[in-house]
Formats: sequence, structure tokens, C-alpha cells
Amino acid sequence: MSLSRRRKLLPWWFALPGLLWLAVFFAIPILNQVSVSLMSGDPEVGFKLTWSFSTYWDAIRDYHAQFTRSIGYAGAATIIDLIIAFPLAYFIAYKAGRFKGLWLLLVILPFFVSQVMRTASWQLILNDDGWLVARMQDVGIVSGDGRFLATGKAVIFGISYNFLPFMVLPLYATLDRIDRRLIEAASDLYCSRWVAFRKVTVPLAVPGIFAGSLLVFIPACGDYINSSILGSSNTTMIGNVIQSKFLNVLDYPTAAALSFLLMGVILIGIAIYGRVLGTKNLTELAG
Amino acid sequence: MATTQALPSEPVSAPTAAPPGPRNDREQGRGRKWLLGVWSTLAILFLVAPILFMIVFSFNDNKGRFNFEWKGFTLKHWAHPFADPDLAKALENSLLIAVLATTIATMMGTLLAVALVRHRFRGRAAADFFVFLPMASPEVVMGASLLAMFLVLGIGTGFGTILVAHIMFSISYVVVTVKSRLEGMDPHVEEAAKDLGAGEVTTFFRVTLPMIAPGVAAAAVLAFALSIDDYIVTSFNAGQTQTFPLFIFGATRQGVPPQVNVLSTMLLILVLGLMLVNVLVQKRLAVRDKARRGA
Repeated sequence: MSLSRRRKLLPWWFALPGLLWLAVFFAIPILNQVSVSLMSGDPEVGFKLTWSFSTYWDAIRDYHAQFTRSIGYAGAATIIDLIIAFPLAYFIAYKAGRFKGLWLLLVILPFFVSQVMRTASWQLILNDDGWLVARMQDVGIVSGDGRFLATGKAVIFGISYNFLPFMVLPLYATLDRIDRRLIEAASDLYCSRWVAFRKVTVPLAVPGIFAGSLLVFIPACGDYINSSILGSSNTTMIGNVIQSKFLNVLDYPTAAALSFLLMGVILIGIAIYGRVLGTKNLTELAG
Repeated sequence: MATTQALPSEPVSAPTAAPPGPRNDREQGRGRKWLLGVWSTLAILFLVAPILFMIVFSFNDNKGRFNFEWKGFTLKHWAHPFADPDLAKALENSLLIAVLATTIATMMGTLLAVALVRHRFRGRAAADFFVFLPMASPEVVMGASLLAMFLVLGIGTGFGTILVAHIMFSISYVVVTVKSRLEGMDPHVEEAAKDLGAGEVTTFFRVTLPMIAPGVAAAAVLAFALSIDDYIVTSFNAGQTQTFPLFIFGATRQGVPPQVNVLSTMLLILVLGLMLVNVLVQKRLAVRDKARRGA
């Protein structure tokens, strides 16, 4: 009996250290954050739990602009990344032949250089007198005054750049797994290439589109590296606010409320998006 | 590249009477492939552009604070990459944290992945979802929450808290990477080991672990890259401790010194080297296994 008992407990011994670590340093802090958000006080006297829900209303009132901006920037970057990544992932999956590995390595190459470093490089490349800004001015992406840095466009540019690989990789993974015979069958049934692409390939790629969009949108919403380095005070995102509330102003309740609201907005967004795309179970993504 | 057998939309038997004749269709396909290739090349150029810029300007004989105008080739930054003691210390901290966080997170994550894939236990689905959650949370939320807890408990932030945080966000990525390797493997081999009298622990070390080794190695490389690169979570929990990304972020305002370009390039080469070693070792092992099986 004791042996069978030990057998039953064994998987828990394997799982325990990791789960415990995540519980103590991920789950408990986030729950603790709820109680911090309901406290009031100031750093000198200390904070007390007073169930002051007004912090939430004040936070929404004062920072709804940064909230909408974060979601707008993150949404724009997600769409841009989808447009850039889909043809690239399609090319790697179907046309890259024996160079597939090399293409994939190039896609993940940015991961091996610090994100802050790459963003700082863009800051230098995109200086107002630079070649790239002049070309963008030619095609009308940059307005006549020649300023690109410190604008919302620059921040969206930076976010799109930083999270592009997260869109390419899941898209590639799903496209690569599609059974080619299904597409052949479509063309055998007199589907034109375009219709076959639209009615067979794209629907089968939906899980990849879903996963990629989440992997771009979620970190993009909370990002403040791009808006700090490439933006200005007119482009502050919610991440900037949370960071300065926490580290500079020491207004912990507001920071906690904001980060909790951000989490909530993202979860609701994911749920709606999942409904629209028809992915019922989010845990499917975990595998 | 030239063979088109993988082309999805090339009909096996082209309908002869269909309006777009097969010849026309093929020409169109070639044009489309060309367009796709150009688009993909541009996308890759976009991805690597700031990295190329970084490498090229590590050789720039820069004047003034900002290093973006080409003033001539020099090796002086490569000769003295650690000229700035603060930068050297920051890099040292980052490397130490990355090595420790990678080791610990890889061990815990691998065990957790084995438990999740190979064992049926109560609460498995919930545990699966729980592991997925940190990857779905914005870093700013994780970083701020962790700092709030340290503040409540009166724990001072610094090297230790950065390490704790890095292990936390790496575990999930390790689990997912190792899990995907485990799921592609035949569980019967492990069952056979157990039938032959090996205990759970022996089976794990002698059978499971050698089989999932490539996945574990890939997970470790990923954890290392995540840790050495992290800015957001670290910035909340660093206290007075500097890491490499924190140093660069602070320097963006006054101009990033070219030594940062040099050291970032070195790190890039180091990680690429580690990956190459992993691939070569796997190939070696595969060849050896084949030879053994043949003998």
C-alpha cells in the first residue's frame, strides 16, 4: 500500500519545485497586488488596507488616455506584424526549401541581442537627419517637418519591430503543419490558387494567427521600452505610468490598480478575440 | 529550391480545359514566388538591420557622445571592451544571473514538464494552465507585483531578487519547450524500462533524460537568452544592482558608448556558438546511435 501511495505522490514531487516557485513568485504577488490596490496612505506613514475602490475610478479617470493609447499602439503593431509576418512565414514554410533552417535562424537572431540595445540602435538609425527618415518622408510615412522620433509612429514602429518574431514563429509552425494534400485537393476541384489560399490555407492557419497575435499584443500592451526610447511625453503608455508610479512617485495603490486593470483589459480582449476567431479553449495554446 | 514538388497549389493533374492554362498558371506562380521572396528578404533585413548597425558601429571611431555618424574604422573599442568599470560590472551581474537562473529554471522546468506529460495526476489540467499564465501576463504586471510583495515583506531588492524573478519567468518557457519534445516521444520505451525493474528515478535519469536532452538544451538556451535580455521585470526588482540591459537603457539618454556595441556583439557570438555546439553534439550523437544500431 505504501508503495502505491508513493507512486501516486511521485508526479507531485517532480512537479512541486516548479509549481511552488510559480505560486510564491507569480501567483501570490499578483493576488497581493489586489490588496495593495485597495490600500491608502503614503510612503512616509505607510499603507493600510482601507478597501478604497476609489483608487480604481481615479486611475481610470486620470489615465484612460494612456490606456487607450497602449491598446491602440499594441493593436496597430499586431496588425502590421501580421501583414509582414504572414507572407514571410508562408515563404519559409513552403518555398524556402533546404534553407528553411537558415531563414528561421535569421528570424530568431534578434532574440540574441538585448531588446534595449536593438531599440537604442533604431533610435540612432532613425535620427532626423538620417537616410531612412528621409526615404520615409519621400513616401509620405513621415510628415513634412521630418520628425519621426518622439512621435506615436516611431513607437508603433519600435513595437512592431520588437515583437515581429513572436508573430512569425507560431504562423510558421501552423502553416508548416498543414497537410499539403488538402490544398492540392482544392485545386483538383478547380479552385483557383487565390480561392484555395483564402478558403483552405487561411482558415487552417487561424490557430497560428491567434497565437501570434496574442504573443505580440500582450507584451506590447505593457511595453514601455519603445515609448521611453523612441517616443516622447506625448506617447507615454500605461507601462510608463505604472513604472513611474512604482519607482519614482511611490504611489503603490495606483500602480497596483493600473497593473490590475491592464491585466483585466488584456484578458477580456483575449476572450473576445478568441470568440471571434473561434478558438474556444485558451489552454490549447499552452501545448 | 528548383523542384516544385512541395508547391501546394501546383495541381498534380492540371485540368487541360481550365481557363488559365497550365503554362500561364506556372508563370504566374513563378512571379508570385519571386514577390514572396522579395517580401521575405525585406522582412528579414528589417529584423537584422539594428543588429548589423550595432556590429558595424562597434568599429566606429566615434567623436562626441552619440555613435551614429561614421567617422572611420577603429579597433580601439574591441581592444578595451571593459574600459568602463560600471559597464563591466553590469555585464558580470547579467552573466552570473543568467547562468544561475538558467540552471535552476531548467532543472525545475524539466521535472515539471515530465510530470505534466508522463503522469496522470489529479489537478494536471489546472497545473498545465497555471504554467501557461506567466507567458500570458505582461512583464510590467509581473515585475510590479513581485516588487510589491518584496516591499510588503520588507525584502530589499538587489541581485537575489533579480535572480528569483528571472527563474520565475523562465520556468514556463522551459516547460513548454521540454513538453513539446516529450510529446513527440514514444512512452513505451520508459514503460519497458519500468517493466524491466527500473524505478521511477532510475527511469528518469537513464531513459527519459537522455532522450529529451536536445529539448532540455534548447530550453536552457532560451532561458539564458530571456534572462540576459530582460529589462522590464529586472528594472522593478533590481534595487541598486545594475545589469547589462539596465545599463544600456540608462545610457540611451547620454549616448550609448561603443563598448556596449562590442560586448553585445560578443554575447551574440557566444549564444550563436552555444547553439551551434548543441546542434553539432546532437548530430554526433545521432550518427553514433545509428552506427550502434547498425552494428
